[in-house]
Amino acid sequence: MAHPAPLIAPRATLAAELKTLLGADLLAHVFTVDEDSITVDRDAIAGVMVALRDNLEYQQMMEIAGVDYPDRPERFEVVYHLLSVTKNHRLRVRVSTDEATPVPTIVPVWPNAGWLEREVFDMYGVLFAGNPDLRRILTDYGFQGHPQRKDFPLTGYTELRYSEEDKRVVYEPVKLAQDFRNFDFMSPWEGADYVLPGDEKAGGTGEAPGKGAPTPMTAAEVKKADEAKAPPPPTPKTTESTTQTGAGAKANIKAAKTSRDGASAKTATKAAKTPATAKAEKAPTKPRAPRKPKAGGDA
Amino acid sequence: MTDSPNVHHYGGDLFEGYPVDTADTAGDQAVTNYTINFGPQHPAAHGVLRLVLELDGEIIERVDPHVGLLHRGTEKLIEYKTYLQALPYFDRLDYCSPLGMEHSYVLAIEKLLDLEVPDRAQYLRVLFAELTRICNHMLNIGSHVMDVGAMTPNLWVFELREDCLNFFERASGARMHSAWFRPGGVHQDVPERLLYDIGEWCEKRLPKLFGDAMSLVIDNRIFKQRNVDIATVSKEDALAWGFSGPMIRGSGIAWDLRKSQPYDAYAKMDFEIPVGTRGDCYDRFMVRVQEVYQSARIILQCINEMPSGPIASLDRKVVPPKRGEMKQSMESLIHHFKLYTEGFHVPAGEVYVATESPKGEFGVYLVSDGSNKPYRCKIRPTAFSHLQAMDMMSKGHMLADTTAIIGAIDVVFGECDR
Repeated sequence: MAHPAPLIAPRATLAAELKTLLGADLLAHVFTVDEDSITVDRDAIAGVMVALRDNLEYQQMMEIAGVDYPDRPERFEVVYHLLSVTKNHRLRVRVSTDEATPVPTIVPVWPNAGWLEREVFDMYGVLFAGNPDLRRILTDYGFQGHPQRKDFPLTGYTELRYSEEDKRVVYEPVKLAQDFRNFDFMSPWEGADYVLPGDEKAGGTGEAPGKGAPTPMTAAEVKKADEAKAPPPPTPKTTESTTQTGAGAKANIKAAKTSRDGASAKTATKAAKTPATAKAEKAPTKPRAPRKPKAGGDA
Repeated sequence: MTDSPNVHHYGGDLFEGYPVDTADTAGDQAVTNYTINFGPQHPAAHGVLRLVLELDGEIIERVDPHVGLLHRGTEKLIEYKTYLQALPYFDRLDYCSPLGMEHSYVLAIEKLLDLEVPDRAQYLRVLFAELTRICNHMLNIGSHVMDVGAMTPNLWVFELREDCLNFFERASGARMHSAWFRPGGVHQDVPERLLYDIGEWCEKRLPKLFGDAMSLVIDNRIFKQRNVDIATVSKEDALAWGFSGPMIRGSGIAWDLRKSQPYDAYAKMDFEIPVGTRGDCYDRFMVRVQEVYQSARIILQCINEMPSGPIASLDRKVVPPKRGEMKQSMESLIHHFKLYTEGFHVPAGEVYVATESPKGEFGVYLVSDGSNKPYRCKIRPTAFSHLQAMDMMSKGHMLADTTAIIGAIDVVFGECDR
């Protein structure tokens, strides 16, 4: 546990206590990423919440979140987050439901569930049986649809603007000036489940279509191989002196030779002389700033 | 004098000859309750809050807060962004305490990744989270005081808020929407001089100016008349309604996530939790006043104990490399490119991470499916629970108390409506 996220000590006897307290209503209990979460029977949720509040000291219900998994038979999850201020522990309780089946409300257990259930209803269309005031809460008056569902487009269906002619705000169907762009970053060799354009014929290898070629080595092997390699040069590749570029006496001699197509190097340079060069050559060379003569002459 | 039973002629010379109508106006006796709209454009609503108030004379019978006028679909947008691209949305939730919002989000990502964060980054985050708390409380204390009729303290504490914003600008380049906390650490290091200036400010300017401003208010008779015993919330109610932050502490429950579930470097900090005794608006106000001094204390500890070292994790699969490294190393260049196009992948799983934001428990419920974008990011705003209790808190109070109650809730609609 290296992360700096809030430190919550696990409740050692929680699993056993939950089992005896909830019995058959407890469908699953998992402990992952340092957090306890339980799945309970949908129809028993109100009773479960009372039991958790009164027997396991979860005094506060901080949050109700909806999650949409369109592939599941019961596509919505309603996730409650409970907090115990005496035991200093958090518990996640989840139930699943679909568009038609209502979840029993928990407003009688915690009054602040009222708005949170309204929000889940507004965003996902999950119904809560017994909620005294199940109106929309965050979306516009008269809004249609449930925007957090995965099949609801990000842009929505209507947009509104102030109309100068009508002197009021008008609703119109969404018109996009440019196509909505959603980049897909799933690597084809990490299991993207579609066929790449141009790859349609490559399905004859016995692989599932579109599944890229398997990596011949495992990740551990690749890492091992990388470590075995010699370390990279300590300095970046640079050219500090002429020796590194291949320039020098040898190269000069080679350059002076007549090339195969007959053009002499000398004549070529002569022809290439610009008027400015000629002028500079004619002018007497300025004596350069005195420099310490090097022993042995320079290369 | 006249045949109409409802028209009466006064005997005096002033109304001599004028008929005066003494008939009952419609509904004068039958129904005395009436409904008024408070907001959505009301200076004391602290944003776009619409309260539908049912009044009996001046007594509030029922409150129906209509929220969502600032709903921008943040949670939906986040599902279409990579983890890093989603970060700036958090600044724009509670725009009065932007870094407090970022804090929960980066911690949630780090928890899913199980990423280690260097000490200096943790200290810097705590330092700036506390500076954000001061900045937030300056705004809230000032506007609360102004809502109940005092002008001067607001002008003074706004000076301090301005100082805080200048510090944010020097650290991140932006006064409000910093996007400075990043998964793995912070975006860039602060200059030494900035730490020195913040320390000096906390020692000299803040206590003096804030103390002066508060001396005008705390024992003021009018201020007390407007706040003491207004919207009293018992401990049981505070728990049942999901209160957090200064709201639950005002009711006398010493519950502070920085102490009970410490994150970042808070475990090493020495500070106290102020609590109220009666659970009224005055207690909530005083809790915030005391928290300012405690925050200054934490800031000074951070500056004194600030370790040196890296300001972000060195895990190049999450944190981008420095510009200088990219000039020399091909691998750094690739990391940088991958992080700013594809982003990093977060292991599948779900976490609920809540931090003590200046307004209370600000939680992020993050569901990852193993890709580079959050599958679901539910934001737990502080104001949602508090505002929901408006009905319970204002029942039986006068219409004029509404402003004091909203002021003591400390509500910001960017966060409430998301």
